[in-house]
Amino acid sequence: MSIEQEVEILRKIPMFAKIEPAKLKLMAFASERLTFKDGQELFQQGDAGDSAYIIVDGTADVLVNTDNGPLKVASFTRNDITGEIAILCDVPRTATVVATSSLITLKITKELFFRMVTDFPDMGVEIMRALAHRLEQTNALLMAARASK
Amino acid sequence: MERNIFKYIWHHSRADQIAILILVLVSMPFYFMSLDIPKSIVNKGIQGQGFVGVGSTQSFMAFDLPFGETLFGEKVTLFSGFDLEQQGLLLALSFTFLALVLINGLFKFVINTQKGRLGERMLRRLRYELSDRILRFPVLQIRRVKQAEMATMIKDEVEPLGGFIGDAFVTPAFLGGQAITALVFIIVQSAWLGLIAAAIVLVQAVLIPRLRRRILILGRERQLTARQLAGRIGELVDGAVEIQANDTSNWERSDITARLGRIFKIRYEIYQRKFFVKFLNNLLAQFTPFIFYAGGGLLALQGQLDIGALVAVIAAYKDLPGPVKELIDWDQRRADVQIKYDQVIEQFQPPVLIDPDAQSIDNDPGPPLTGEIVMQGVVLVDESDFKLLESVSFTCEANQHVAVVGPSGSGKEQVALLLAGLIAPSNGSVKIDGREVTEMPSAVTGRRLAYVGQETYHFPLSVRENLVYGLKHVPIILPDYEGKAAHDHAREIAEDKRAGNPTFDANADWIDYQSAGVDGPADMTELLIEVLKLVELEEDTYRFGLTGTVDPVENPDVSQAILTAREALLALLEEGGHDDLVVRFSTQDYNGNASLAENILFGTPTQDSFGNEALASNPLFLSVLDEAGLTRDLEKMGLSIAKTMVEIFADLPAGHPFFDQFSFISDDDLPDFRSLVSKGESAGLDALSKEDLRRLLGLPLEYVEARHRLGLIDQGMEQRLLAARRSFADRLEAENPGAVEFYRGDTYNAAASLQDNILFGRVAYGKAQAEEIVGQAITKVLDDLGLRQTVMEIGLNYYVGVGGKRLNAVQRQKLGLARAILKQPDILIVNEALSVMDGATQDRLLERVLDHRSQQGVMWTLQRPSKAEDFQRLVVLRGGRVMEQGSYEELDQPGTVFSELKAAE
Repeated sequence: MSIEQEVEILRKIPMFAKIEPAKLKLMAFASERLTFKDGQELFQQGDAGDSAYIIVDGTADVLVNTDNGPLKVASFTRNDITGEIAILCDVPRTATVVATSSLITLKITKELFFRMVTDFPDMGVEIMRALAHRLEQTNALLMAARASK
Repeated sequence: MERNIFKYIWHHSRADQIAILILVLVSMPFYFMSLDIPKSIVNKGIQGQGFVGVGSTQSFMAFDLPFGETLFGEKVTLFSGFDLEQQGLLLALSFTFLALVLINGLFKFVINTQKGRLGERMLRRLRYELSDRILRFPVLQIRRVKQAEMATMIKDEVEPLGGFIGDAFVTPAFLGGQAITALVFIIVQSAWLGLIAAAIVLVQAVLIPRLRRRILILGRERQLTARQLAGRIGELVDGAVEIQANDTSNWERSDITARLGRIFKIRYEIYQRKFFVKFLNNLLAQFTPFIFYAGGGLLALQGQLDIGALVAVIAAYKDLPGPVKELIDWDQRRADVQIKYDQVIEQFQPPVLIDPDAQSIDNDPGPPLTGEIVMQGVVLVDESDFKLLESVSFTCEANQHVAVVGPSGSGKEQVALLLAGLIAPSNGSVKIDGREVTEMPSAVTGRRLAYVGQETYHFPLSVRENLVYGLKHVPIILPDYEGKAAHDHAREIAEDKRAGNPTFDANADWIDYQSAGVDGPADMTELLIEVLKLVELEEDTYRFGLTGTVDPVENPDVSQAILTAREALLALLEEGGHDDLVVRFSTQDYNGNASLAENILFGTPTQDSFGNEALASNPLFLSVLDEAGLTRDLEKMGLSIAKTMVEIFADLPAGHPFFDQFSFISDDDLPDFRSLVSKGESAGLDALSKEDLRRLLGLPLEYVEARHRLGLIDQGMEQRLLAARRSFADRLEAENPGAVEFYRGDTYNAAASLQDNILFGRVAYGKAQAEEIVGQAITKVLDDLGLRQTVMEIGLNYYVGVGGKRLNAVQRQKLGLARAILKQPDILIVNEALSVMDGATQDRLLERVLDHRSQQGVMWTLQRPSKAEDFQRLVVLRGGRVMEQGSYEELDQPGTVFSELKAAE
């Protein structure tokens, strides 16, 4: 897969949809394309986080450690971004992410991520939007969980 | 050292000087004969003087006893000679002339080489003595000198002395003799003229040196300023980081400019004065003939002097200015050399020098140091009379573990230096087992004690050499010289002695195996690795080993084992399903994880001209590309890369870190490439200059398909590049074999690192955790094959760089500690030697070292009192005074200074 194709994939991700192609190309070029095998961990809960991953192809599960062993809380698929919390807030990984198929990702290091955000404020806004959206979803889930109790 | 250079030279080369003088004297008659014989050839041989007719003969080589008539009243003929006809005589005289020319030439040759040898010997002696003095400078003293200045002094400033020394006595004797002879001759002819000539010579001899005095002073200044310049240049190098970090390069430029300006002024004034003196000198020299012509002519006209005598005087005077001028020149050189000598000597006369006897190679380390360490009323005052230590007294056992605890500035560092004998107390005494440390020879302090400070110096050698450095006190195993080597060695020794150098053999094995506790070289490696383990340098050394190279000719076993490891790694990766993590080199395949250049070279360059940077201008490489018809395609690729770079990096500000990290093109070059791309796009590649095309060609050489992912290399291109690889190999084999060591599956690549040889490929880009998994696999393979030790041994050969710069600060401190531990000293003195390590590492190393030396003495300066618990005795210092001493339990009580320090931590 070449840079051009990666740029196409990035454009389909809502967070990056409004960013001009040259910037996306820079992002694709400066990020590392990393493939994981089925069952391989992207990162583990509690580790220090140094990068976020954009899923280009394949699926992954999000697992949280509980007293009864790992609990699957979500799954990711194409165009999802994961791992951004740890690099945004400087906290350890909040969950473990495991590939559940052959997985292709773009690994965006913390440095690259912050540079992209500071250099291209549009992108920052898009990320805020995506995070707010996710928060809203989480709230809804929380409400639903409380209601069912 | 001797202050007067003449005394110094005379003292050390008397015999040689006299020998040369005699040689010069012996050569004189031959010289005069060769001057005289052309006259005989012309007069007798050619013009036939003394031949009365055909068949008449003259005797040749008849030799009468000199002064025979005066001594015995009649001619005493020692040899009546051969009777020869005119033709025969001509030939005989001509051949005699030839022989004399030869003899004179040989004399000159011998005298000059003798003088040269003498000069070089003295130069060697002087350089040795100066170096010897540096070795005897007390530590405090040596910190005050600038090493660049010291180096120029020994290297450059004493150099002219060598040339002068051979002439120091011979020249004045010889030239003086000549001048006096000529002068006496003139006086005999005419007392008045002679006296005038003598007077003028005297004026010359007095006036000229006077005028030159200022030149000498300037010469001294010139030398000083030049030396300071050398010192400043050294600072530019040492202070590079500060200069660049503070943007003071222009300040430095102005300083250098000011210095150069001063040097220029001095040198120019020297020229002015020098040539004025020359002018005056010539004038005086020509003034004498004027007097001879005018005065002598008048005398002759008045009949007081006959013409013949006047002619003889004028002829004799011709011989006078030459020697006199040369004598004056010699005097100039003498004064110059004396100044240089004074200047150098002055710098090498510190107030205190270590007594040579203390460092003598014959000294014995004596029995192990036991008993008590006693410091009694020790006062230490620094240069500005500040009291670093005020009456420090404490006692402890030599084999105890002692911690000197105190905050920085408490004087604990000085206590350690005093105990190591590296500095002397201003007052009071430091005794070990009743003996004053300052009076112990180096053989005791340097072998029975080991000192590690904060900054251990590492010599630009291997890790191994730096470790065993602490064991090289005396030659232990002398090399076996046989046949010619023995002969040469004996001659070298004799020459060493003549120059007053010591005769210790640098080729001997100096490592004191016994004191390290091993039998010989064979067991040393294991011990070294053990010590490295102790200071936690084992992993580092292992990694050094993996990046190291091995000569397969010298180590066939190792290279063979690595080839086995290569196969084993492949099997292990396959077994774990990780074989996709390494893309191996294969002659048939293009390796997308290696750069394009590497794919064509398909090997490791052994010459710089085939290295990364030079490849784009390597004629052989370029002609292979041409032949394969690849040049234009690669240029297109370059254009495409440049276009992408220009596009995506366009908005980045200059100096953005992405340029370093991800770009083929630096921010400086970006504008160039921008115009290059637009030109190339609009007018085609043909419109570009050769230079531009070459720049474009250079870009794809570093291109790695799997990493950069620009999609530039398709299958067709792969095949063409593989064809280029094959023709490159053929061409190289024919034209420059060995310039690239090719990758071959069954051969060890001597130019590549151990790790690359095991891997025989590239770790694939874009595979999660590839580096870690492959790294672990390599370690496992090497462990399984029992090669860990071998890799460690290769790691021991790792070159640490100048001042250990290829090691990081932690590694440098650890290596310093390892060197001291290896020595197995009676007392190990550790002075802030772990300061750059993190707390946990410091604690671990401290425990390990104390554990290792359970029965042997340790003195450790501790900043953090919490670790003091591990020591048997504590000495607590504050403000240069001993506040408390005792065991941890005794001092860890409320109200003690120690507990105060501990609370403050």
